[in-house]
Amino acid sequence: MNVVVCLKQVPGTTQVKIDPETNTLIREGIENIINPFDTYAIEEGVRLRERFGGKVTVISMGPPQTEAALKEAVSLGVDEGILLSDPAFAGADTWATSRTLSMALRKLEPYDLVICGRQTLDGDTGQVGPQLAEMLCLPFVAYVSQIEEIADGEMRARRMVEDGYEIMGSPLPAVITVVKEINTPRLPSLRGIARSKSASIAVWGVKELNIDPGKVGMAGSFTRVIRIFSPQQDRRGEIFQGDLESQVDCLVGRLKDDGLV
Amino acid sequence: MFAEQRNGEIRGVVYELLARGRGLADALQTELSAVCLGHEVGDVNNLIAHGADKIYLVDSPELANNQEDLLTQQLVELIQQHRPEIVLAGATALGRAFVPRVAAALPTGLSADCISLDIDAEKRLLLQTKPTFGGNIMAVITCPEARPQMATVRPHVFSRRESDGSRKGEIITVDFKRERITSRTKLIDFVEEIAETVRIEEADVIVAGGRGLEKAENFEMLNELASVMGAAVGATRAVVDEGWVAYSHQIGQTGKTVYPGLYIAVGISGALQHTVGMQTSECIVAINDDPNAPIFEVATYGIVGDLFQVVPLLIEKLKKR
Repeated sequence: MNVVVCLKQVPGTTQVKIDPETNTLIREGIENIINPFDTYAIEEGVRLRERFGGKVTVISMGPPQTEAALKEAVSLGVDEGILLSDPAFAGADTWATSRTLSMALRKLEPYDLVICGRQTLDGDTGQVGPQLAEMLCLPFVAYVSQIEEIADGEMRARRMVEDGYEIMGSPLPAVITVVKEINTPRLPSLRGIARSKSASIAVWGVKELNIDPGKVGMAGSFTRVIRIFSPQQDRRGEIFQGDLESQVDCLVGRLKDDGLV
Repeated sequence: MFAEQRNGEIRGVVYELLARGRGLADALQTELSAVCLGHEVGDVNNLIAHGADKIYLVDSPELANNQEDLLTQQLVELIQQHRPEIVLAGATALGRAFVPRVAAALPTGLSADCISLDIDAEKRLLLQTKPTFGGNIMAVITCPEARPQMATVRPHVFSRRESDGSRKGEIITVDFKRERITSRTKLIDFVEEIAETVRIEEADVIVAGGRGLEKAENFEMLNELASVMGAAVGATRAVVDEGWVAYSHQIGQTGKTVYPGLYIAVGISGALQHTVGMQTSECIVAINDDPNAPIFEVATYGIVGDLFQVVPLLIEKLKKR
């Protein structure tokens, strides 16, 4: 069973600020981490290898420092990390990102399963998993909370929906996104840490992927971010005064005036 | 716009999309069409009363349970035939799972989970505002060249229009062509989970409790306040980790993101991990005995006081209403 996990390196906080002069995000002093939702994808890949044998490969598109996230994934038990990095990849929207990842996946064939986290902490789109599936013409199952069975080229998985869960059957290979309910990620083992130190992470760029530079990065993106801004905190922030009873009276009055009760 | 149905009923977010879609269509002086894929879906005429000019209705038993392969192929086919300028869908679990595939197949750009949509009439561009970094940064996105311009839209951000039974529209039935459209994945079973029916994501009012409640039994007080207000009950991670309430109630970075009209935070200090999951609520009420608790920084209204006195008083006053 060959599994490929897609991960993204993201800022380790959502408390990012905008530089008022350049109107770009201030990234200095912010530590980067593996997107938390992707840690469940890594763990599930490693567990599948433990159940069925085979290999787990992790791929990520990003600037050179993304190597650290791939090495960390090796410490968590994956066999191999591949970094998709090229100046031409910069500024990609979800379509161009998916396209780049899909070209890498074609190069990694054959595999049985591609696992992505549900969404990222920074972009919050959750679009790369389904778009990858579509580009690779593979079946797709979102929000998987349990892989119940894999046998005879078929997978049976439980996936969360708003009012319960569905049991889905799908032929393999397939692409899935996983939710945090699927497992509890392990900590790196000592052996894993030793392996990750010596692991060499291959770097694939435009040339290795044999991809048209016009179809990646900002050039290959359909969408443009024309502006970013901090949402206005237009809270009135009214703290009531007086004894508790009159404070509660004030609150009920305000909520009535606002049509909320 | 995609008129999502579940179990034969049109979902609430569709009426919100109709209201905003009507405004966008008027700004562009064009038509607003809704696509409904399902089986024996009720209320279809109601879509016209709420602002649609045309309904494309594809009815088949096979479309009843929203199999995403079928929805993707059918929606792609309709978009290629009718070439709309803009396609909108609700940012529901279903919308966020299959609409990206539609965009990839066409292909065109897609923005996720938008909270504001505007038109640049001169360029006929859709300006799509979406939250990133858990709502701490907003990004305005356009799709300058490819068509259609596509966006999924967060539920509860647009108000519905009033229903107008005199509006005229057209229902166009489209054959579901089974021989051309196939599903690789199949639904084997659906299990409804009572604990999951809390649906705090869809509640208009949420009453949420934190560690300030001190112990599990005291959550009963919140349940009572919630039932008086017709609210859903939410909780912080700390409280869920203590086992006082189930994970399905958890709001915050590792739980659910909610944006109700009214959010009442009881005994919640307001750590960032919690506030990223609720800070876009329309009105936030904080009840906490620590005047320096960060929850007051995001609160619309605050009461600094002992929650064990405040909440019973609040229940009493609301009951008297």
